[in-house]
Amino acid sequence: MKTILFIIQKEFRQIFRNKAMLPIIFVLPLLQLLILSNAASFEVKNIQFSYIDSDHSAASRKLITNFKASSYFKVIQSFNSKTEANHEMQKGKVDVILEIPNHFERNLIKEKKSSLSVSINAIDGAAAGIENVYITQIITAFNQNIQTNLFQYNEATYVQPQNIVTIPSFWYNNTLNYKTFMVPGILVLLVTMLTLFLSSMNIVREKEMGTLEQINVTPIKKYQFIIGKLFPFWVLGLVILTVGLLIAKLIFNVPILGNIGLIYLFTSVYLFVILGIGLFISNHTETQQQAMFIAWFFTVIFILMSGLFTPIESMPQWAQNVTLFNPIRYFVEIIRMVMLKGATFLDISFQFFIIVLYAFILNGLAVLSYKKVN
Amino acid sequence: MSIIVQNISKSYNDIKAVENISFEVKEGELFGLIGPDGAGKTTIFRILTTLLLSNEGSATVADFDVVKDYKSIRNSVGYMPGKFSLYQDLTVEENLTFFATIFGTTIEENYDLIKDIYIQIEPFKKRRAGALSGGMKQKLALCCALIHKPKVLFLDEPTTGVDPVSRKEFWEMLKQLQKKGITILVSTPYMDEAAMCDRIALIQKGKILKIDSPENVTKKYDKIIYDIRAKDTYQLIQDLKHYPSQYSVFAFGEYLHYIDKKQNFNSTELLTYLQNKNHTEIEIHISNPTIEDVFMDL
Repeated sequence: MKTILFIIQKEFRQIFRNKAMLPIIFVLPLLQLLILSNAASFEVKNIQFSYIDSDHSAASRKLITNFKASSYFKVIQSFNSKTEANHEMQKGKVDVILEIPNHFERNLIKEKKSSLSVSINAIDGAAAGIENVYITQIITAFNQNIQTNLFQYNEATYVQPQNIVTIPSFWYNNTLNYKTFMVPGILVLLVTMLTLFLSSMNIVREKEMGTLEQINVTPIKKYQFIIGKLFPFWVLGLVILTVGLLIAKLIFNVPILGNIGLIYLFTSVYLFVILGIGLFISNHTETQQQAMFIAWFFTVIFILMSGLFTPIESMPQWAQNVTLFNPIRYFVEIIRMVMLKGATFLDISFQFFIIVLYAFILNGLAVLSYKKVN
Repeated sequence: MSIIVQNISKSYNDIKAVENISFEVKEGELFGLIGPDGAGKTTIFRILTTLLLSNEGSATVADFDVVKDYKSIRNSVGYMPGKFSLYQDLTVEENLTFFATIFGTTIEENYDLIKDIYIQIEPFKKRRAGALSGGMKQKLALCCALIHKPKVLFLDEPTTGVDPVSRKEFWEMLKQLQKKGITILVSTPYMDEAAMCDRIALIQKGKILKIDSPENVTKKYDKIIYDIRAKDTYQLIQDLKHYPSQYSVFAFGEYLHYIDKKQNFNSTELLTYLQNKNHTEIEIHISNPTIEDVFMDL
């Protein structure tokens, strides 16, 4: 026990003597949380909107006004011809071209139907999809409006307009504030990345410096060395979580509905999984550079398949199956459930036990692959 | 016997690092493994300090088998690897305390053993190990290897990259430690250091060529070596190599060491030969064989 304590003490000394270490631990998470949470938004705004009005009627003007009124669209200009508009799209100046054909209003009144042409720049497919939804919403509203008006005025008999109105209610995040949704996820990312990188590079560093060889000829026990090496990073992981939660609460005002102790309980087990991966990586690499690349490879896959940026439900079935092996996935799920929904231990017990299982498997593998003799 | 090595072989993939090596080191002996880089010295050290398993053969250190009793060996040997391998970001004192603690002892307990060495670095005990000079680092490493009072001390090329004065000091320290009853196995690529050992093993390409005391190694050498010098050294080597009865020629300090095949070699004949080749300032005289000469001849 004395030996373990001494290694822990030595490890902390080394961490705090490393000049680059303190900013990495405390400043980087803060910056990343502030920058990413403000920038990583799924909302599509400032859509560059242009139109070709060949009709010049009351109806066409009304339609364009509706677009102007929307906060998502920025009506930049009107074109006289489609060629001219296409040219601007080619240059990337406009995102959407709405073409209102000749006799748009007349056809609406006479034949009760008319057509519009919408061209959307789909270089960014996801954004194009969202833009399409916005445009469809505006046109549908316009359509309903004009239909009722036309019916009322043009038909001899008065018909009461009948519409089905839907008012969605967004549970757990009333205002659809994406920060509420993203901040806990990004916090997970930070805790994972920092502990994985720091721990995987740590033992490799001893290999690189040659100190591991000196340690290996001492009667120190495997478990003493591993616990002594990894415990400081377990503590650091919890410190980073605390710093992140404070930022989430104080700066982003993210609700924390559930029991915060539950988050700490889960994180403390989760960190074992990450440290196990880190130890495993460092056992199988010779230099810090190799360790860094391998850790980075896993982090990228884990992050992209965690449901943090893209919902897991929309992935193909095989990818969904792969995410079952991704520890970050469970952490993202849990931190969102606990913070936004107020989940209790019973609600997260499934994820919790999976993580406990992973912790045992990964650490078992890692300890087995650590050899003092080769 | 403090160290017994029997028929040890070790190969990395297809490359044989050491082949069928056997030697014994008596208790309290200062034993040297002398050989060039890549001879297999470090491999022997790593096998004896239980860091590496040999492919064949057996070895015991302080009466413990290196495979079966590796735990006991780790308690009773001190190892100083060739590369400085202490924590550069910890201070001198912290490094020493750290190694004392993981060996389950304290600095005070074995202070008398390291006192003579530690006293030289004590003024810098608050300095980080990375900021020490080469000689200081080596003294600290020796202190750390001694802190648990080992029975056997393994020193892998301890003087490589150290200045001549510190090297001399270091060997004096080893002599002192030997007096305290510690068996020392030391390796070095420097032939001149070999003379400081009680016995040496000349090792090359993974094989032991000779084991004897340094005096006997040179005494038993039967060939006569001539120191030869002339103004144009390069041309001298070329011409000596073309001398009909030459056995070997190699540079040795400011002289060339020349050995002849013939028993009745006459140096005046060689002198005329060299004069005919337009050499000036020629010097030829008999020299005492050194370990390097023996080594070059093996």
